[in-house]
Amino acid sequence: MTEKKWPETWQEVNPGCMVFRPGSAKEYHTGSWRAKRPIWDNAKCIKCGVCYIYCPEGCITENADGFFEANMDYCKGCGICAYECWPKAIVMVNEED
Amino acid sequence: MLEIRWHGRGGQGAVTSVELLALSAIEEGKYAQGFPSFGPERRGAPVTAFNRVDDKQIKIRSGIYHPDVVVVLDESLVGLVDVAEGLKPTGMLLVNTTKTLAELKKNIRFEGRIATCDATGIAWKELGVPITNTTMLGALVKLTGAVKLESLDSPLKERFGRIAPKNQTAAKRAYEEVRIISGES
Amino acid sequence: MGKRIGMEIALAAAEVAALCRPDVIAAYPITPNTHIPEHLSDIVAEGRLDAEYICVESEHSAISACCGASGTGARTFTATSSQGLLFMQEVLPIVSSMRLPVIMVIGNRAVSGPINIWNDHSDIMYQRDTGWVSLFAANGQETVDMVIQAFKIGEHRDVMLPVNINIDGFQLTHVVEPIFMPDQEEVDRFLPPYKPFAQLHPDKPMTMGALGLPEIFNEAMRAKDEAILQSKKVVLDVWKEWEKLFGRKYEPIESYKTEGAETLLLTMGSMGETAEIAVDDLRKDGLPVGLLKIKLWRPFPFEELRKAVKGAKALAVMDRAVSFGGPGGPVFAEIRSALYDEPKKPKTLNFIIGLGGRDVMVEDFIKMAKKTASTKKLKPEDAYEIYGARE
Repeated sequence: MTEKKWPETWQEVNPGCMVFRPGSAKEYHTGSWRAKRPIWDNAKCIKCGVCYIYCPEGCITENADGFFEANMDYCKGCGICAYECWPKAIVMVNEED
Repeated sequence: MLEIRWHGRGGQGAVTSVELLALSAIEEGKYAQGFPSFGPERRGAPVTAFNRVDDKQIKIRSGIYHPDVVVVLDESLVGLVDVAEGLKPTGMLLVNTTKTLAELKKNIRFEGRIATCDATGIAWKELGVPITNTTMLGALVKLTGAVKLESLDSPLKERFGRIAPKNQTAAKRAYEEVRIISGES
Repeated sequence: MGKRIGMEIALAAAEVAALCRPDVIAAYPITPNTHIPEHLSDIVAEGRLDAEYICVESEHSAISACCGASGTGARTFTATSSQGLLFMQEVLPIVSSMRLPVIMVIGNRAVSGPINIWNDHSDIMYQRDTGWVSLFAANGQETVDMVIQAFKIGEHRDVMLPVNINIDGFQLTHVVEPIFMPDQEEVDRFLPPYKPFAQLHPDKPMTMGALGLPEIFNEAMRAKDEAILQSKKVVLDVWKEWEKLFGRKYEPIESYKTEGAETLLLTMGSMGETAEIAVDDLRKDGLPVGLLKIKLWRPFPFEELRKAVKGAKALAVMDRAVSFGGPGGPVFAEIRSALYDEPKKPKTLNFIIGLGGRDVMVEDFIKMAKKTASTKKLKPEDAYEIYGARE
């Protein structure tokens, strides 16, 4: 996780608590507390894109070959992609393994 | 300050009357208020509307309980509603009717001045509809002098556009034909 | 050059709102302010105003649409009353927290239970803590003036807060009376185009309406408190400028015949005009009575109030709402709080009048003034009464 600067004093809070650094949520790596991670078996993958659609974090992307993978900075290991995968090409594996 | 109460039925234009009178007075540089009896209404239900006219600023915002003039647009309301309620003894009651004083007195307890005008007849002739609000305005103006008859012209034109001239004619006829049938003139 | 016209006050409010050139109007009609959104929609449909009129399905959507539109930098306007205002409630503090200058005209109407469409102040009294600037108009002229002033106040860079203008439902909204309506040129001269502090725009992405964790919420509230307090200075400046340009004077608390007054009446809204007549009558009879009329409700003008009541022996506060289970009327509670630390303060009574459209007459004010002047000792339970309740 990158360093965040909180406004300290009330005078430093932007009016209306507006945030002017766009996309700052990207600095928050939600994958850091993952317990399981998804592993794709591309032999079974039919490139339907269902995992990409269902990922609630939006961290699954299609690579140049048309297969899919999750960005481990943000993947929380919720397992929805594995649950929804039609050919069961995705397996959730313990993070420590 | 002149306080006026109008009686009509929903859809007969009582609210329009008070607006037109207020606008005419304001055109003359006077001060005026025009407001309806506040609340939900439906066509045919008895409604009341009110005017105040004065040469100086009107500050009072409460209802009108002792009007100087009461105007009744629909004679079927006489007897149904106590149209003379609160009317000052020195005031005037103006009724749209062709009834005689004796017939009216059966349903009205008021010893002051009563005036009548066949506004329905005039409205049928001049407007083709029995909507008597603009007609009665003419009668009211003659009796009270609240505004000059000509001061009605501009608000009438703005409100009625193409059919304003007919309304002006109706008002003028009532102005000329209204009669005080009881009390000193 | 503006001119003196006769117009129903609600229609005049719509006309003047249009003169202020709003970009987005999202409003839902509710008695008694129906004529405002209806007439504005006519004005937009006729092409007299180039604005986006969003026909929303509820007041909650109306204020949400205005909030979002204001976030994109649009000048926004809405209007409502009573239950409509309460339906907006969960969004109202958000608009002020987001520092968006949405302008709203409220046709004050009783809050239901039983259903009542007539005039009192209970609807706005539910909004005391929302952080909006609140103005109260006593007649048609003040209504028109305050709408224009509200835009200028809310959009000022030192304020950036939403403003509501309170006009008594029916008692003001449905009355035709003379008003000096300024023309477009005069309004443009007083009210320049809106320059928002920030705008939601794809070219410069930013966040509005963020989450605030406990680590930051306290500071955010401190900042909001500061904003509403500082807004008073801008209100006074805008009123000074108004007087210079239009010749009509506005003060947070207007005094009427208070010279040497031992008894003071205090009102808010149109009942103040009826009260003036009562004061005139009482003065004619030799009773030293005066009247205070509050025009700025939020931020509450504590300083001006303390100054205005100096020297008075008794003060009657007229409320048009009840704070159930509380100390009587909301204005009364405010006044008592304002005077708490004063070494010398008038004996303060509270009369709750005009609830749900109950007519308030000159005779009532005279009765209340006489009762206030003659009350010797006050028990806390007797300090407030719901006036005129038949027993």
